[in-house]
Amino acid sequence: MSDAPFIEIRNAAKSFGALEVLKDINLTVEKGQIVAIIGPSGSGKSTLLRAINELDPLTSGEVWLDGVQINKDLPFRQYEKHVNQVRQDIGMVFQHFNLFPHLTVRGNITLAPKMLKGLSDKEVNELAEEQLKRVGMLERIDYYPSQLSGGQKQRVAIARALAMKPKVMLFDEATSALDPELVEEVNLVMKQLAEEHMTMIIVTHEMGFAQDVCDRVLFMDQGYVVEEGSPDIVFRNPTQDRTKDFLKKHLQGQN
Amino acid sequence: MGLDFTVVPKFFDVIFIGVGWTVAITIAAGLLSFFGGIVFAVVALYGPLLVRLPFRLFAWLFMGTPLLLQLFLIYFGLIQIGIDLPAFVAGVVGLGLHFAVYNSELIQASILAVDKGQNEAARTLGLSRGQALRKVVIPQAVRAVIPPIGNNMIALLKDSALVSVIGVAELTLAAQQAIGRTFRPFEFYVTAAVCYYFINLALEAGLRRIERHIQLSR
Repeated sequence: MSDAPFIEIRNAAKSFGALEVLKDINLTVEKGQIVAIIGPSGSGKSTLLRAINELDPLTSGEVWLDGVQINKDLPFRQYEKHVNQVRQDIGMVFQHFNLFPHLTVRGNITLAPKMLKGLSDKEVNELAEEQLKRVGMLERIDYYPSQLSGGQKQRVAIARALAMKPKVMLFDEATSALDPELVEEVNLVMKQLAEEHMTMIIVTHEMGFAQDVCDRVLFMDQGYVVEEGSPDIVFRNPTQDRTKDFLKKHLQGQN
Repeated sequence: MGLDFTVVPKFFDVIFIGVGWTVAITIAAGLLSFFGGIVFAVVALYGPLLVRLPFRLFAWLFMGTPLLLQLFLIYFGLIQIGIDLPAFVAGVVGLGLHFAVYNSELIQASILAVDKGQNEAARTLGLSRGQALRKVVIPQAVRAVIPPIGNNMIALLKDSALVSVIGVAELTLAAQQAIGRTFRPFEFYVTAAVCYYFINLALEAGLRRIERHIQLSR
């Protein structure tokens, strides 16, 4: 088992009705690696990310994390139990934060650990404080999400995911909904996680960030992984025309 | 024969007890209608088909027929099948279930309107369907419909007068008892109306407090 990759996606395919959004995707991620997935909208990158934690289950193919198959074919009740278990190991951060508005920052972070890990109030409070310190939001612990800026909300959302001590973090366009001046504070937190060798898969439109932080970049288009490699290769010397086109358009858009 | 409000103070004790019963019925039926409304909403949306269909019939029965008839049925009708409820309990059950059905309609729509991302975030953390519904979706759905549920509570308070017909000595029946002894309907109905008005003011103040309290957490 030790030879097996930390995360492995084998022959992944997904259709919504007649629409094929993922076509025969293979991907391995080693422990501590940081992988960026880039590509035009509708290329299937978010769907691939959401397949990893069974939010959008694959039509066919396999997803493995640390020796456990995530998308096991089980009878309904057993399947539910299984995904509830494995999802605890997979942190996810959403474009629109999805903080629980009826709970304070503390409540957002402690909800799942309290319910699922059987921790005491004291333990979950310490956990919340520790994770909020990590994202620089400790002083807002008793605020409601409606009292926070977008960047602050996303940092709390990251702390909420980290509080489950996940083995991997998935970021689904975590900075796309933010005002430009708020992007940096979230990027800093993600960079810090990278330095702590958190395994991360990041769907992003920020080429600069992908280039700086990631070990590997996947370019997806129309449901395929078109190109894959180190940031240097994918950004500076792409071999595929579609990658070149995309990067050209994207860089023009930014200038 | 002119109006003479001086007879009213002699019946303060009767009126006072009537106010007590009205408040008690409103609180008990109000709580039943609130928590019953949540349970009904979950059953209507997520219950198995075999539960959902009889429930639709039940909801239709409560929304499509007069509350007065429902109270008669619960108090006088159920005895025939061996369910003999005290008048107060029958009144609370009738009013409570009637408004629970209305509250359930509000809460159902509100549950469906909660952003899908909320459920996804909860499930991603590892919460089960039931846990996500209970801890994340329903609390938000209920907060969103507190104002219209509050309106239902005010309607419930006013409709509590109907339970006088099954012999609960609440405010309206108390007024009638006083009238029976004094033959002064104007004075006592006005007195009862003033009492309802003040209970209503208190209820509205309470609802406003709740709304203010949840304002941040929405």
